[in-house]
Amino acid sequence: MLEFKLAYRNLKGVGLRTWLNVAVLSIAYVLIIWHQGLLSGMFTHSIRHTINDEIAGGQYWHKNYDPYDPISLDESHGVISTELQSLIKNKQATPILIRQASIYPEGRVQSVLLKGIDLRQTVLEIPSGKLVTKENILPILIGQRMAEKNSLKKGDYLTIRLRDAKGTFDAVEGKVVEIMHTMVQSIDNRQLWIPIERMQKITCMENEATIVVVGKKISGQKNLPDWKFKSQEFLLSDITSIVKSKKVGGYILYIILMFLAMLAIFDTQILSIFRRKKEIGTLIALGMTRFRVVRLFTIEGAMHGILAAGVGAIYGIPLLIISLKKGLPMPGAVDDYGYALSSRMYPSYSAGLILGTVLIVMVTVTIVSYLPSSRISKLKPTEALKGKIS
Amino acid sequence: MKILIALLFMYGSMLYAETPSGEVILERIDKNFDAKTQILTATMIVKGRRGTRTVKSKTWAEGEDKAFTEYLSPAREKGTKMLKLGDELWTWTPSADRTIKIAGHMLRQSMMGSDISYEDIMENPKLSEIYDSKIIEEEELEGRACYVLGLTATQDNIAYHSRKLWVDKERYLPLKEERFAKSGKLLKTLVINEVFKVGNRWYPKKMTFKDVLKKGSGTEFIIDSIKFNVKIPNYIFSKAALRR
Repeated sequence: MLEFKLAYRNLKGVGLRTWLNVAVLSIAYVLIIWHQGLLSGMFTHSIRHTINDEIAGGQYWHKNYDPYDPISLDESHGVISTELQSLIKNKQATPILIRQASIYPEGRVQSVLLKGIDLRQTVLEIPSGKLVTKENILPILIGQRMAEKNSLKKGDYLTIRLRDAKGTFDAVEGKVVEIMHTMVQSIDNRQLWIPIERMQKITCMENEATIVVVGKKISGQKNLPDWKFKSQEFLLSDITSIVKSKKVGGYILYIILMFLAMLAIFDTQILSIFRRKKEIGTLIALGMTRFRVVRLFTIEGAMHGILAAGVGAIYGIPLLIISLKKGLPMPGAVDDYGYALSSRMYPSYSAGLILGTVLIVMVTVTIVSYLPSSRISKLKPTEALKGKIS
Repeated sequence: MKILIALLFMYGSMLYAETPSGEVILERIDKNFDAKTQILTATMIVKGRRGTRTVKSKTWAEGEDKAFTEYLSPAREKGTKMLKLGDELWTWTPSADRTIKIAGHMLRQSMMGSDISYEDIMENPKLSEIYDSKIIEEEELEGRACYVLGLTATQDNIAYHSRKLWVDKERYLPLKEERFAKSGKLLKTLVINEVFKVGNRWYPKKMTFKDVLKKGSGTEFIIDSIKFNVKIPNYIFSKAALRR
């Protein structure tokens, strides 16, 4: 306890130098927690929305379907198997038919993915119910990105040109009945959603689908003839890989921040030992063991971490709360990142994140403080009293 | 009265005999275009919203299944080659030095920014083999008497479900064509603006393609020279020829 009291008194005595170190270390605390929280929030949101809007509990893919191979898409459709039919009937799954098509917004040709969805489905949070219309038109649902990029708005008419299952051209006129707001760009960019029954009829693909999305609560799915099951884990693997790579980027930032803070503490410790040789000699001469002196200096250094946590809390907590409530606006280009991102990024802070960061910083500060202090153990009290250091 | 009826009957029979059936007209059109091989140089004028581009090319073709095209100008397109073998299409560009297979959605894309898509050039040109036809009416077009034919696909894997053709009665050359989707919506038009005689057949000299759904004035295609039934070495129709 004596060491703690002495350490605190010594730190207070040093004055501005201590507070500069504390300030730098507190910035490291706040930035690490904020950045980690931001990444965690971003990916938690991304995964949640991707599950809700796109993948639910997993997907059955037609044997030829490969989302990264547009060439094979024309052949990626088949009659829905009886096992999947019963899941669909019980609203535990929903079929989606995907075809390539062209639209002509403002007279320009644009390739799009035409997706047929069940109007009554509840598996995905896509507002497919908005496609129910009494008008004798083909209702179209598009995402906000698609609408913005093509200057489309609710009520606009679009000509869709596509080929049926046999390869014959068809062209249908449709009306944009709803613009959905979704974080998931992979169900939005260059995509049109129409009722699956109409699409099956137009394309001569009665009772066929490209993928069947299974509900979140359904488990134990296996591969079926012509239909391969892709688990939620598999479908989220792209996002989890990005999370991993972003975390590595984050760690580099932490190392730089910690390095700056630790450098300041290390220098302070060295300077402290150099300036206080006579004090060290006196303490040893008065009977304090070398170990206790080392401990005193180590505690002094480590106390920077405790003070920084307090100072960081004073200005950091309000800042983190503001960022939690207001979020961080994202630039428009993030739509091309390949995973779901909203227009504002909201961080997510957990007790584990805060305590973990404090613990890591404290341990590092203690180690950094101990390293220069360990020289004291080799110090001869007579020389120290004379102001020499060997 | 009997004589009058007999005369009317005879006149009707004569008319009937003089008007060939839709099938016969299509066969004659196909015969007109039919050649074992052809080598042609052509100029394509693409009239887009940002201006006009002129692309020159040379094509070697054998039957309906084999075609090889090399672009001669402008400098940006010079050296680009395209090979069609059956229902497969490859392209090679000197800048990328890569052979790319055009398939799937890429076939729907416009060729060199024109109103002609890659899938348009993949079509079987022998109309009589894939369409039923009947004469809808007779009409005069640009001073030429024409049969107006209504074509309906006989197979369900034909790109255009129906077409309307204005065929020159004398030369059996279509002067105008409209291509329709299954729903009946007009998708593309082709107008032959100028014809010329090659040997004993009439052939289009200048034609305008127009993707009706797209904005713009269409794409003009002018045949600068054409030779029929000349020998073309086999290596031309190989993927190796793309890199030569």
